[in-house]
Amino acid sequence: MGHVLIQALSKSYTEKRRKSRRGNGNGGFQRGENLPVLDTIDLEFANGELVCILGPSGCGKSTLVRILAGFEKCSSGSVLIDGKEVCGPSSDHVFVFQHSGLLPWLTVWENVSLGVRKMKEKERMAELVEQNIDIVGLTGFEHLYPHQLSGGMQRRAELARALVVNPGILFMDEPFAGLDFLTRLNLREEIINMHILIRKTIIFITHDIDEALIMGDRLVVFSERPAKVKLGLPLDFPHPRDFSKNQSLSDLRKEIYSVLGVHYAL
Amino acid sequence: MSDRIKHILLPLLVFVGAGFVWQLFSLLGGWRTGVFPTPLQVAVSMWGLIANGTLLKHTVASLFRVTVGFYLAVLLGIPLGMILGWWKTGQLAFNSVIQFLRPISPLAWIPLTMLWFGIGDKPAVFLIFLSSFFPLVVSTVVSVNHVNSTYLRVAANFNLSKVETFTKIIFPAILPAILPALRISVGIAWVVVVAAEMIAVKSGLGYLILDSRNALRMDFVMDAMAVIGLIGIGLDRMISQLNKIESVSWGAH
Repeated sequence: MGHVLIQALSKSYTEKRRKSRRGNGNGGFQRGENLPVLDTIDLEFANGELVCILGPSGCGKSTLVRILAGFEKCSSGSVLIDGKEVCGPSSDHVFVFQHSGLLPWLTVWENVSLGVRKMKEKERMAELVEQNIDIVGLTGFEHLYPHQLSGGMQRRAELARALVVNPGILFMDEPFAGLDFLTRLNLREEIINMHILIRKTIIFITHDIDEALIMGDRLVVFSERPAKVKLGLPLDFPHPRDFSKNQSLSDLRKEIYSVLGVHYAL
Repeated sequence: MSDRIKHILLPLLVFVGAGFVWQLFSLLGGWRTGVFPTPLQVAVSMWGLIANGTLLKHTVASLFRVTVGFYLAVLLGIPLGMILGWWKTGQLAFNSVIQFLRPISPLAWIPLTMLWFGIGDKPAVFLIFLSSFFPLVVSTVVSVNHVNSTYLRVAANFNLSKVETFTKIIFPAILPAILPALRISVGIAWVVVVAAEMIAVKSGLGYLILDSRNALRMDFVMDAMAVIGLIGIGLDRMISQLNKIESVSWGAH
């Protein structure tokens, strides 16, 4: 399951030491200055939705998913997943990290089996691992170490590791960061197809507007930090999506560019 | 020239060259050969020490002490470093005392060590242990502090227990950083064993040096020095072999 309800969620970091900006003579440190990152976010995602969260770099998108995944606590407000308050990380809500989260001292097989390591029936476990390695197209690469794989293959391996535990929600924090353009396009398509197949809630962070429009069932646009929800709307366009053939998609794209303050990109 | 030959030939050439320089100095330096033996004399006397088993006996004695002392330091130092690296309160509490003890040379402990442990292997082993223990603890703490937070999040995400996080995440994550620390501390241990053997024992390469000095056999002193150098290289090589294990060497990529 993967219904997500975010209510009045705010987060600010307390900087322990920070040089005073104002030249107040002593040039000393001020303690406890607050840095607001998320500002009263209200969102609701349905089970099985692929939600793309779009926003300027450093606006707090990653902080939001880290809170949703239970890695960080919010300052106020609440997050309910399937009606239950999030109180910590769980293998039901798996995170795919911005830069590879594979454990570099383990092979692909060992990485993928991490979530099912305690399974009693070893044959069933091996079957699950192999099945998921197959889904992401890494059969034959099971015994390689992450550094022996290309960037795209590393992301696939991490995806397989997430899928193996059959999670209710997948968090993907800019999973294509640092990949070349073609690999990016291919992985985009694969994730769309995989999502159609498994219908799990995926919360996908990106700063690529086209990517969000092409992939998402729902789009959320954040403002600059502290992030507020600028826009939240369903994307009811059939796949594959093509800006040149779908006028309303193309119009929406223009609108989002202008919401984000870009007028020259098209 | 292939790389492999280069790796052997070039250092060998430098060694031979150094031998020539040595020969020149001992011939032209104006010292008696009893005070500054030539390489040839050293080689001949070394052959003698090898043939009668003296050299082997002393080498084994030194290696034994280094092995015991160093293993003790590894077995106690690395787990302690891991615990302190993880348990921040402990780190805060114990860091100062470790930093306080660390710069005290193992040689400064010699008088106390002799009173505590008497004569024999024990004081030497204890000194070697001291020399490696603190550097290992400190570098383990530092490397635990630097474990990539993503790995810890992965551990939390897949519900790894505390023990599993220790053994399956933190330990392998620090291995690449621990390896250089092991190399450095085995080097220190090997330096200290010679000093330790100049007191309280009647065997080992350090003892051989001291004993040969008393007998005014500088060729034997140099024999012992040569063996110390060779074994030093050997120990370093042995530990860097660990780098060939894939699950250790990932940090290099």
